[in-house]
Amino acid sequence: MSAIDWKSYTPILIPNIKDYHKIDVYEKHGGYGGLKKILKDQTEFTPEKVTNTVKDSGLRGRGGAGFNTGLKWSFMPKPDGGPRYIAANGDESEPGTFKDRVIFEYNPHSFIEGAIIGAYAMSITTVYVYIRGEYRSWINMMQKAVDDAYEKGYLGKNILGSEFSVDMVVHSGAGAYICGEESSLMESLEGKRGYPRVKPPFPAQKGLWGRPTTINNIETFANVPHIINNGSEWYKGIGASTHAGPLLYGISGHVNRPGVYEYPSGMLITDLIHGAAQGVRGGKKVKAVIPGGSSTPPLRGDSLEGVRMDSDSLREAGSMLGTGGMCILDEDTDMVDFLWRVSHFYHHESCGQCTPCREGTGWLEKTLLKIKRGDGTVRDLDLLLDLCSQMEGRTICALADAAAWPVRYTVTRFREDFEARVKKTVYALA
Amino acid sequence: MQNYEFTKEELAKIDKIIAKYPNPQPAVMPVLWMAQEKFGHVEPEVQQLVAKTLDLTPAHVYGVASFYTQYYKEKKGKYVLDVCTSFSCQACGAYDTLHELEEKLGIKAGETTEDGMFSIQSVECLGACGYAPMMQITNDVYVNHLTSEKLDKVIEGLKQDKLPEFEPIPLVQNREPAEEK
Ligand SMILES: Cc1cc2nc3c(=O)[nH]c(=O)nc-3n(C[C@H](O)[C@H](O)[C@H](O)COP(=O)(O)O)c2cc1C
Ligand code: SF4
Ligand code: FES
Repeated sequence: MSAIDWKSYTPILIPNIKDYHKIDVYEKHGGYGGLKKILKDQTEFTPEKVTNTVKDSGLRGRGGAGFNTGLKWSFMPKPDGGPRYIAANGDESEPGTFKDRVIFEYNPHSFIEGAIIGAYAMSITTVYVYIRGEYRSWINMMQKAVDDAYEKGYLGKNILGSEFSVDMVVHSGAGAYICGEESSLMESLEGKRGYPRVKPPFPAQKGLWGRPTTINNIETFANVPHIINNGSEWYKGIGASTHAGPLLYGISGHVNRPGVYEYPSGMLITDLIHGAAQGVRGGKKVKAVIPGGSSTPPLRGDSLEGVRMDSDSLREAGSMLGTGGMCILDEDTDMVDFLWRVSHFYHHESCGQCTPCREGTGWLEKTLLKIKRGDGTVRDLDLLLDLCSQMEGRTICALADAAAWPVRYTVTRFREDFEARVKKTVYALA
Repeated sequence: MQNYEFTKEELAKIDKIIAKYPNPQPAVMPVLWMAQEKFGHVEPEVQQLVAKTLDLTPAHVYGVASFYTQYYKEKKGKYVLDVCTSFSCQACGAYDTLHELEEKLGIKAGETTEDGMFSIQSVECLGACGYAPMMQITNDVYVNHLTSEKLDKVIEGLKQDKLPEFEPIPLVQNREPAEEK
């Protein structure tokens, strides 16, 4: 189904079924059927075949980077009898992103089933589910769902009477955006400060406790049972051809009906704003759209025509899909205030290991605060862009890039807002 | 100085937590959470208890506790009101909400009321961007769609030790009769 027919789309990740979060209800609607199908016929559904099915489906990671999920799974080395891990990423802390929480509350079992299928495909011994500490209520919901899955024999030793065993552990974070970065997440899980690791080695070679590990986002796993149940061709037929499947679009900001929507990938941004979210509050004009979380470059409201929520279309338009957490800002928004707040976030969340990031995020925030207060000069705008160049691609993890991109593109695309706030420079002639 | 200790039952629970990982070190975060739940904070003496219990160095536990913002390294109010001011909430009036709250309680963000009841903090995105302005109470309940009246109600409730009820995430798609525009 294409995004053009979004009005008749029936959600599958957050289906409109009462009490779907309860294991009995989930089972009654075919839940855990994908897992059963695989375990019943393991000569047909070998781990390689499951991995290939996921690869062929075109499922790409929903955590921000959009890497092909099955391909990532295929990077895991051959089992050597030792422990192997999945770290499921439920850190969800990128401002503007609020979709994985919907899965925890309304559909935890499709995540659990998807992660177990992933565990089967990669011969995993333990799945750690890392959830940001602020989500305490939702951590409890996940724990309950995991307990229920154990009770029913979907987790633990000899799952459904088969030879396959896997454990699942829910782990709470404690307030650190950086722990969403995969190597930081692993450090945190090991009981340390969440400092990102230098790559290579990649997690598949040397992950948790030095063992092969795969990290995927919560929503990514929630897609997997549907792929197993209906096949990769079916899945490929949903949404954009190069970014298949349904997406959870988190829409926030100045719209009449903000919230999390599930539609095929590749939705027109204008359909999401004016259709799904029922337009801009007070009938105002759109000034800017941040398509996928605070790190994705803002688009101008007058450049949205024909832009779709898939990686190709957004790249062409000069941004990224990121997490699909979309924020709409109306014509009254001051982009200087906006950008200062975004920079404040990245400065606050930099782990401080790399000088360009630690110092750069600080300078960005300081300079933007100066401009916000009316003390900036035109040269400060150039300084901002210069700072970005010194940060991009020079650090251990991508936080520095994530901090630089919004600055670079907000300053260049909304320059009039910044110029209106800075002092006219007076050149004294000597 | 208060003597911080875990009970026998708590120590048994900690053993169960340790068993979920290949070695005891990863238990440091869950046990810091347990300690904060019990004592209300993880001041240095509490960190030492955690270190002793897990056989880790106090320096390691301090390193972890200080890295994560949700651990209270100093005493806070009984109720900590975390108002999200990240950009989506900012766009929806979060700073007005924050300032209103500051006025109602007579303290600024980062401060605690004299009676030790309330602290206010301005925090980063809590993953509730579509329900702004919003806040979280003492690392626990989320309160969405804050208005002046709702703030009053929440504060009055907390003064009587009543936490607001859990609000399910509002579902926006296909849950109500379609409102055609
Ligand atoms: C600074 C930073 C923060 C991140 N935060 C998250 C996060 O909160 N959740 C998430 O799933 N991925 C996050 N990521 C991406 C992860 O590193 C990783 O790519 C992702 O979890 C892989 O899962 P996927 O392939 O299923 O998307 C973050 C990356 C960076 C650089
Ligand atoms: S880029 Fe920033 S957040 Fe990432 S490791 Fe370096 S200092 Fe830490
Ligand atoms: S920006 Fe406030 S909850 Fe996300």
